Amino acid sequence: MKTYKYYIVSLICAAFLLTSCGKTNNSASGALNSSAAEKVYVAPGEHDEFYAFMSGGYSGNLTVYGLPSGRMLKEIPVFSQFPTSGYGYSEETKPMLNTSHGFVPWDDSHHPDISQTNGELDGRWIFINGNNTPRIARINLSTFETEEIIEVPNSAGNHSSSFVTENTEYVVAGTRFSVPIPQRDIPINEYKGNFQGALSFISVDPEHGHMDIKFQIIMPGFNYDLSHPGRGKSHGWFFFTTYNTEEANTLQEVNASQNDKDFIAAINWKKVEEFVNNGGGTKVPVKYAHNIYNEATHTATSTIKKEVLTVNPLDIPGAVYFLPTPKSPHGCDVDPTGEYIIGNGKLSADLTVHSFDKMLAAIEAKKFDGEAYGIPILKFEDVLAGSVKSGGLGPLHTEFDGNGNAYTTFFISSEVVKWKLGTWEVIDRKPTYYSVGHLMIPGGNSRKPFGKYVVALNKITKDRYLPVGPEMEHSAQIYDISGEKMELLYDFPTHGEPHYAAGCPADLLTSKAKKIYRLDENKHPYAVLSPDQARVERKGNEVHIYMSTIRSHFTPDNIEGIKVGDKVYFHITNHEQDFDVPHGFAILGQNTAELLIMPGQTKTSVWEPKQVGVWPFYCTDFCSALHQEMQGYIRVSPASSKLELSWSLGED
Amino acid sequence: MKKSGVLMIVGSLLLLGLFKFPLWNIMLGAPQYPEPLGMDIYIHGIKGVNEFDIQNIDGLNHYIGMKTIPKPDDMWEFNTFPIIIGIMVTLGVLIGLLSMFGKVNHWWFIGWFGVMSVLGILGMYDFNAWLTDYGTNLDPQAIMKLQNPDGTPMSYKPPLFGHAKMLNFDVDSLPHTGGYMMFTGMMFTVIAFFVGKKEARKLKTRI
Repeated sequence: MKTYKYYIVSLICAAFLLTSCGKTNNSASGALNSSAAEKVYVAPGEHDEFYAFMSGGYSGNLTVYGLPSGRMLKEIPVFSQFPTSGYGYSEETKPMLNTSHGFVPWDDSHHPDISQTNGELDGRWIFINGNNTPRIARINLSTFETEEIIEVPNSAGNHSSSFVTENTEYVVAGTRFSVPIPQRDIPINEYKGNFQGALSFISVDPEHGHMDIKFQIIMPGFNYDLSHPGRGKSHGWFFFTTYNTEEANTLQEVNASQNDKDFIAAINWKKVEEFVNNGGGTKVPVKYAHNIYNEATHTATSTIKKEVLTVNPLDIPGAVYFLPTPKSPHGCDVDPTGEYIIGNGKLSADLTVHSFDKMLAAIEAKKFDGEAYGIPILKFEDVLAGSVKSGGLGPLHTEFDGNGNAYTTFFISSEVVKWKLGTWEVIDRKPTYYSVGHLMIPGGNSRKPFGKYVVALNKITKDRYLPVGPEMEHSAQIYDISGEKMELLYDFPTHGEPHYAAGCPADLLTSKAKKIYRLDENKHPYAVLSPDQARVERKGNEVHIYMSTIRSHFTPDNIEGIKVGDKVYFHITNHEQDFDVPHGFAILGQNTAELLIMPGQTKTSVWEPKQVGVWPFYCTDFCSALHQEMQGYIRVSPASSKLELSWSLGED
Repeated sequence: MKKSGVLMIVGSLLLLGLFKFPLWNIMLGAPQYPEPLGMDIYIHGIKGVNEFDIQNIDGLNHYIGMKTIPKPDDMWEFNTFPIIIGIMVTLGVLIGLLSMFGKVNHWWFIGWFGVMSVLGILGMYDFNAWLTDYGTNLDPQAIMKLQNPDGTPMSYKPPLFGHAKMLNFDVDSLPHTGGYMMFTGMMFTVIAFFVGKKEARKLKTRI
């Protein structure tokens, strides 16, 4: 009997050895596939290792993903109205989308960046730019809600944004399009010499994050495409790629691609700051909106500001230089040490890497190669650290793993190329599917990248997923970069058109993520803090309904005495103090959007009844077993009715 | 009689833990509550383990027609228990001190323990009666009316001690820090009795 048992055991062992042997000897793809699946698998109930915040492009928003699983966790409304929660529809959030052009319920959001302290991610806020109607937004990373939006005057195509300096002193907003400053009625073909580009430095209050445009540097009329802050030894500098140094105004595809070299503008912002602090600069009249959401009142306010401080770079010797960079550079990336500034010529095969030390030496030695509008141009050979001869086509953006390696995307040849800083040798290259734009390594824009994964953000998705008609979501791909060679692990659809992304370790945010809003801290002027305060008040033709919700009823639930032509404000306070129990509110004939009200929060919806009748309202978020019963009625009488206001709950 | 007196005093003083720490704890876990809801029962009132647990428990209980969790003023016990414990601590310390001066013997220790035990049993009996009332005396208008297989109305009485499954909730009812301190303190007084007995015998033989 005993030997029999041993026999079975050894058989099982042998079988196990054979299968595991087989695995390693198997064809490369099989073995790779299974280990790749394991690397991105996050078991039910387990959490991802990193957060990834992806810009939504034309969606105007910011989406939150988990890495490595690629699961979408949330869409944060920023520049676009969002019917899912009522953002931009509720009375409290409408001011967030106010601009000098009025209510702009949409934008094109491009580059998110997480706040930093000493050059490392600190997880307080994330910033993102609105490209179309120039704006910068600040999102609180404990509520994951947009808290502030500042419009950027004198700017157009707010593209080289929003990147933060090493201690979040500034978030920068550079203009892609140069425009007449101040705006005026002039012929477009008089572009050259008349249009200018504003580079805005927006200060960030270290305590509450409030933004303020400290100064705008008014630059020659090039296109300021992308930017990155210096760090470490180059902290205090900011670098902007330019194209259209030709200053062409028509058929840019051809006319803005004539110069063999455009520039990277190197800005010593510490010098400019000092100049401004000593009273330098010119205040000019402008009009721009500054919108702040107050977490205590759950309400945003919009202020129109009338003035901005502009700076002529020629007034500050030594503050601005141009570094010649080949072939219409796009990406402008600074490595974690702050020494290398990488300018990727989107029409070339090679990458150009400038050296910060060499740049300082060239400035010191005054080795200039002429000037542009009075701004010194440094000699290309004097600032060049090296170039990566890659053989790829169309390099765009570069990120770093913190171990001396850089990863560059090639749009035209659809690949990610890994190369070594200093030796400029190509180590590895992997295809992407397809037409990759930005890429992201968590902490990529900081002194401390978390070089475990790189995410490639692709523009074309064909063939990757089930077809869904002509329009489909873009795709991201995640690669393991912990080894010498990159390994493609997984791809997943992303929402909108993600341009850049920012990522951070999950534990930087999880401990401070808010679960509820405290009802006892709710300072909303129309909040009802206990159900007995619920009431209905008339002020002329305005009716204010002070309503509370708790599983599973509205207080009050029957309201009479409303008349056609009234403007009815539903001020609803969610009395739950339990994580993940929002209540919704919708009413028949609502011309705005439903509301989703978080525990402890107050939101207001305006309803203007146009027809006599008895109209139901209900909760839109399945809140409990009796969610279907969470409803009420509002009676609308003719405009001439003398019916007094009345409301009730639970009476027959 | 020195050692036993000290033990008696320390034992009695351990009861003071009841003023700071909960006597008992009831936890309610369910699939939709990965972080369970919990009540800490003090001699002077009931508090949620997390700040909003009581509100959330009340919110859930309204479906089955339970009364809301009592506030300190809703129950005489929460005013009386602290007084009783205060008196017992004072008495215990007094007995311990008197024994050190040789004024009382070790039988007072066991006497104190006896009184405390009777009070404890009465307290448990009262607690159980409250749980029964709370779990069975339901609002007739309750939204959910569930029955046992035999047709009798379902009771939502949490267990006095240990674990029970109630609908989708796993309910655990166990003593907490203050309770353990009280039990330890009472054990000290028993030990004080035996030590006192030994000390008394030694004294006798010496004489």
